[in-house]
Amino acid sequence: MDMAVLAGIGALGLVAPWAAPSIVTQLAFLWLMILFAVTWDVNGGQMGYNSFGNVFFFGIGVYICALIQRDSGLSYYPALFVGTALGALGAAIAALALGPAILGIRGHYFAIATLGLSIVAADVASAWEYIGAASGLTLPLFPGAIGNRNRFFYYLLFALAAITFLAARALYRTRLGLAMNAIRDNEDKAEAMGVHTTRTKVFAWCVSAFFLGAAGGPVGNLVGFVDPRDLAFAGATFGVWMVLMAVLGGKGTLWGPVIGAVIFHVTQELFWTYLLGWQRVAMGLLIVVIVVFFPTGVVGWLLRLRGPRKRRRSTTVATSAP
Amino acid sequence: MIAAVQSRSESASPSAAGGEPLLAVRSVSKHFGGIVANRDVSLDAPAGRITGLIGPNGSGKTTLFNSIAGQHPIDAGSIRFEGREISRLRSPKIARLGIIRTFQQTHVYRAMSCVANMQISTPQEEETLARALRKPSAAVTERADALLDFVGLRSKRLLPAGELSFGQQKLLEFAMSLMSSPRLLLLDEPTAGINPVLINGLVDRLKRANAELGITLLVIEHNMRVIMNLASHIYCLAHGELLAQGTPDDIRRDPRVVDAYLGGR
Repeated sequence: MDMAVLAGIGALGLVAPWAAPSIVTQLAFLWLMILFAVTWDVNGGQMGYNSFGNVFFFGIGVYICALIQRDSGLSYYPALFVGTALGALGAAIAALALGPAILGIRGHYFAIATLGLSIVAADVASAWEYIGAASGLTLPLFPGAIGNRNRFFYYLLFALAAITFLAARALYRTRLGLAMNAIRDNEDKAEAMGVHTTRTKVFAWCVSAFFLGAAGGPVGNLVGFVDPRDLAFAGATFGVWMVLMAVLGGKGTLWGPVIGAVIFHVTQELFWTYLLGWQRVAMGLLIVVIVVFFPTGVVGWLLRLRGPRKRRRSTTVATSAP
Repeated sequence: MIAAVQSRSESASPSAAGGEPLLAVRSVSKHFGGIVANRDVSLDAPAGRITGLIGPNGSGKTTLFNSIAGQHPIDAGSIRFEGREISRLRSPKIARLGIIRTFQQTHVYRAMSCVANMQISTPQEEETLARALRKPSAAVTERADALLDFVGLRSKRLLPAGELSFGQQKLLEFAMSLMSSPRLLLLDEPTAGINPVLINGLVDRLKRANAELGITLLVIEHNMRVIMNLASHIYCLAHGELLAQGTPDDIRRDPRVVDAYLGGR
């Protein structure tokens, strides 16, 4: 069942740019939103560490890739791929360096600390001449046709989102996934049982950061221009949306963030098209309705509808089924 | 810190210091602001035995447990486990050495199934990152089920732990402790809040864990019938200080203990 759903979504992802060529860019951003929500949920949903600054890692990826493309002297495709890989690594290294200190802070204080991280990053990027400061960076022109350009980045983001989802899915089935859930449910108990809490938290944050960093390069290139506040460290949009989408779909579930991202992105696009001028008001109202009436998200609500017996089954680890 | 680093290499040798009890608490003091929670407390938990710790409410029993388990630093004194000083180690490290404590209020992973609670409670000393990135093994799941069976929760294995009753959560927490194969188990009021009918069964299981699995127990308990039946040696705290110690019979006859409980001073 699970595999059939994955295969169906995969097939849909492959044909979508040919079936709906006029909205390829929006569809590329849909995969980005899924990647955002899934990576956020690795910490926020599965581990209980609600980060408001994960956009920090995305921004690092954006800048590292853009700088490699500007300064490495490589031709277009090698520069893009090297830049994307180094962006992912750079973001993961940042998480590894900052994690032990920041992940030692719990609850709301952690959320505020991470929020501060993304704000500081945006300020630094806006002032640092070497990386273009507030006037940003322009990325090199795509060497092929304009139609191919958007399709190329669509497939790149589709592949990244798919890999991210499968990696998260695999992670949740491991003992480390159990340790993450244990930290979410009761970190004091996990410590008293000897769970390597710091290592687990830092590793999970690095996983988030790695995939967010990887997404940075392709997105910067798809947009064509890196603005420190509106794209790379866009805390008020991307940074908040990550949290919203995961909560909306159902945090702490495998599919919740995916569903939340789809609902969020589609409604946002529809509001932009049909309610122009009021789109933010409509979005705000939608969020209020979701939070009030579906506090456990769409997936949490569906699981409750399915009844307690099946819910019990779904909360167990795959290998423990009799 | 230095003591912690140096002694790490010794941990392989069983019973480093000959003749010393498994756990040796010496002259431990702990205060919170102006409140003295423990003053100059010493006690032993000899290997393979069940040791009791009693005292009126507020006498500092749980504070002593927290000190042993590394929940907070102590002000003075020493705590040695298998001959190595552990009073400066953090709680996860102490747990990995083999000291597991349970809590007065239950601490289980509420959203996780009972069997997942057990699967993550394996000994963590050898748990490297590479190992953590594997699925729980069939052997672990089998042992988890056997221990759930031992505490009578086998039929609840797929239920989220948060949906168990308070008493069942205590039993699950006990099973989780056994899952981690501790050398020393610190039990904070294991029978509090448990249906009186089930208490005998629990006492029986505690004794079996001690006799069959060789786990040393240090037990805080308010139920006198339980602790007298369980422990071979009992320490009594009052106002943060050690008031009396001895066999259950000594304690039962000690007038100071009776006074401490009934308020005479």
